Amino acid sequence: MFKPVIGLEVHAQLSTKTKLFCSCSTDQENVPPNTNVCPVCMGFPGVLPVINKKAVEFAIKAGLALNCEISNYSKFDRKNYFYPDLPKGYQISQYDLPLCRNGYLEIFVDGEVKKIRIKRIHLEEDAGKLLHVGAGDRLSEADYSLVDFNRAGIPLIEIVTEPDINSPKEARIFLQELRLILRYLEISSGDMEKGSLRCDANISIQTQEGVLGTRTEIKNVNSFYSLEKALEYEIERQIELLKKGEQVIQETRHWDEKNQKTVSLRGKEEAEDYRYFPEPDLPPLIVTEEIKEKLKREIPALPKELREKYFSLGLSQTEVEIIISEKKLAEFFDKSLELYNNPKNLLNWISVEILSYMNDNNISFKDLNILPENFIKIIQMVDKNEITRPVAKDVLRKYLTTGKDPEEIVEENGLKIVSDTSYLQEIIQKVILNNEKAVSDWKKGKKQVLNFLVGQVMKETKGRASLDVVKNLLEEELNKL
Amino acid sequence: MRNLKEIKDLYNKNELKVRELIDFYLKKIEEWEPFIHAFLTVPYEEIEKQINELEKKPKDLPLYGIPIAIKDNILTKNIRTTCASKILENFIPPYDATIIRRLKDNGAIIIGKTNLDEFAMGSSTENSAFGPTKNPWDIERVPGGSSGGSAACVSAGEIPVSIGSDTGGSIRLPASFTGVIGLKPTYGLVSRYGLVAFASSLDQIGPFGRRVEDVASILQVIAGHDPMDSTSSPYEIPDYFENLGKSVKGWKVGFPEELWQKGVSEEVLKVLDRSFDVFKDLGVEIVKISLPSVEYALSVYYIIATSEASSNLARYDGVKYGYREEAEDLISMYKNTRGHGFGSEVKRRIILGTYALSAGYYDAYYLKATKVRNLIRREFEEAFKKVDIIVSPTSPILPFKLGEKISDPLQMYLTDIMTIPVNLAGIPAISMPAGFYNNLPVGIQFMSTFFSENRLLQFAYAYQEMMDFSDKYPSLPQKERA
Repeated sequence: MFKPVIGLEVHAQLSTKTKLFCSCSTDQENVPPNTNVCPVCMGFPGVLPVINKKAVEFAIKAGLALNCEISNYSKFDRKNYFYPDLPKGYQISQYDLPLCRNGYLEIFVDGEVKKIRIKRIHLEEDAGKLLHVGAGDRLSEADYSLVDFNRAGIPLIEIVTEPDINSPKEARIFLQELRLILRYLEISSGDMEKGSLRCDANISIQTQEGVLGTRTEIKNVNSFYSLEKALEYEIERQIELLKKGEQVIQETRHWDEKNQKTVSLRGKEEAEDYRYFPEPDLPPLIVTEEIKEKLKREIPALPKELREKYFSLGLSQTEVEIIISEKKLAEFFDKSLELYNNPKNLLNWISVEILSYMNDNNISFKDLNILPENFIKIIQMVDKNEITRPVAKDVLRKYLTTGKDPEEIVEENGLKIVSDTSYLQEIIQKVILNNEKAVSDWKKGKKQVLNFLVGQVMKETKGRASLDVVKNLLEEELNKL
Repeated sequence: MRNLKEIKDLYNKNELKVRELIDFYLKKIEEWEPFIHAFLTVPYEEIEKQINELEKKPKDLPLYGIPIAIKDNILTKNIRTTCASKILENFIPPYDATIIRRLKDNGAIIIGKTNLDEFAMGSSTENSAFGPTKNPWDIERVPGGSSGGSAACVSAGEIPVSIGSDTGGSIRLPASFTGVIGLKPTYGLVSRYGLVAFASSLDQIGPFGRRVEDVASILQVIAGHDPMDSTSSPYEIPDYFENLGKSVKGWKVGFPEELWQKGVSEEVLKVLDRSFDVFKDLGVEIVKISLPSVEYALSVYYIIATSEASSNLARYDGVKYGYREEAEDLISMYKNTRGHGFGSEVKRRIILGTYALSAGYYDAYYLKATKVRNLIRREFEEAFKKVDIIVSPTSPILPFKLGEKISDPLQMYLTDIMTIPVNLAGIPAISMPAGFYNNLPVGIQFMSTFFSENRLLQFAYAYQEMMDFSDKYPSLPQKERA
């Protein structure tokens, strides 16, 4: 028996406006190096930390959403180690009394619910960033290295699971679900590629029930895909060792993205002693019942709840996942549903028209300017045969870019459906005259040219004619020939 | 014009200009510095700027035109702050410590930065990378430490008031050795923002002066909550002058046997005898008390203080500011920078603290020390249910000679045996000049309960009225320089 046993340690940057212990901005994008810094986050002599209340609230929200116990009394500790990106020579973190404990997250794997226990969630500060210049991309190989402290002091939560995960796929689904929840809570952007969500994985192989194997820790996993790949590689590597009767060495391994394998970083004997001790510059963190209750009330409907709701509307799992992929989208869906009680049709419109617009413009739903009532207006115009579906698509796009009232767009551009048959007849005659070859093909029995000719008519009407009507009229005319 | 009241009176009568006063003290500094080396930096340009700034400020500011010296482990914007360490030799702070801002806002003029034991680690001010400070009463002797410079400059009359920091006695011991007043306030009363951390849970900033009123004037300005220091108390600051001059008749003064027996020298005991006559005259009642756990204070202190220091001093790594020795690789850069940037006492304490916090030793050392610390604090709390003030010698011995203890750290550490329990408990304490033995000053320590500086100053003032040494100055040594 070779059973993978996996535990994850996830770091998520909290999207507070200011850093964890000073009032510097947490803005990371388009900011020159070492500009969002101050004596506090650069570890100057004499400075002291002052806790960011928002960050504590965000961490508690994460705990509540992950079914954790929230500690009434917790404290900060110093984790001591030397590295150039760590300005104080220690990281302010939480050691033996974390803010949240004993939670769980239910994930959906192959149609089954699986419960992954959360051991703890604690608050800590991020370190700066190193830029290695010259020969290699690692400190030991570089000619020299530069430090950017913009990231130093950004609040992080570290979420540690119990070793309840048994496959790379489960690990990936867990991490995706976790990210979704953090995004629903609006406490973290969760962008793995930008480093605001990071994941280390502990993995061992169980060969006998109740006996744990030696574990390795995998670092440098920068995407959901590489998490899955790195774990697959590591499982195979460990099983190979065990099959050969060799031992797995307890060590930290680095995921080498380029070569798609894990490589040894440091062994257990080189493991650092962080000399944790209580941070004397910060008083203990007291969380009252009132604060907990207040934060509980601020937690929105989470993906799990929404999934159940949408399943009950008869949507498929794929459809449900589309809707809940973004909180704003789910909210939009809910509001639209109140105005237009046809979930299947709504979903069709969203997944075909809106998602394609988002893809074309490389934006997410929250960046869209769209009101449910205007969106529904467009659908209803189609339902009432006032505009055609292709026209509706253009109207929607125009609405999304200009924000103009869809009815106005239709009115101003004369996009109403053409039901005037004499006008259509005119166009049909013109198309027949201008497409001799196609017409003669038709006569020879090549019935498939009909679609081409219909397309020509539609083009002339700028899509404003009903497809069925055009088809019928055209067939009639051709048959007359 | 040797104390703040005299200076203020002269200012108010327009008989003295700020510039005249500053020049007077700068001249004193020039006279005395070759003998005692109390200052590391006297920033003439910055002084000039401050005098000019002051002209725009209202004259009724509490410390208007008062020159003050600052221990060089408190950050002063644009004025070099070294901690008496090579590792910060050329460090110009980008910001003012909260207390510096408060002093300036209230009209004080920062006249210089004073010498100390490197990073405030020591009891003699011999551990300075820039040479020791000497005791103005006998320049062959130490002024005590670590705030030796701030004590010596007030003692010699180079300045009327100064600021020090006290982690295990670093204000009180040098006050005692140099015959001035030194106050360590309750932990959390004065903001630590901008004080270079040695042991964060023990460090506290406090004033030196020649008279209790002067010390009260400074405390009034520097005390109070600071949003930049999460350990600073929201406690509302009283008027520290309110009680000065009020009777202490009937007060109970605790006499802890543990602090009067072991290792207190005959000379010190002999001088302090007179104080008990004073107590009698003041009408206070001496009550014998017991603080059984203070016997462990020194051990507890050297675990907690060094543990915190080992972490606090990690930031001096050559990466961001301060001294850096280039090397081929990162680890060598760290080793060279810290190995050569820190002095031997600092390195000793970093090693001790690193050891005490190490995996496998934490419970036996650090954790146990914090438990004993709580015990000590509780014993003081219990004692203050019975007495108003606790009295002890400030130092068990007279000022010793330079070099006498420097090679024996344990002997040096024992100098602080009277003062350390106060920091562990977090209570306030003041050292008052109590007399002289062969022209060497001896101090007496008064302790009181948390945030009772008002009453502590009341008691010290009453004592001062009976035992006033504020006009007694050491004489300038002869021209042969020591």
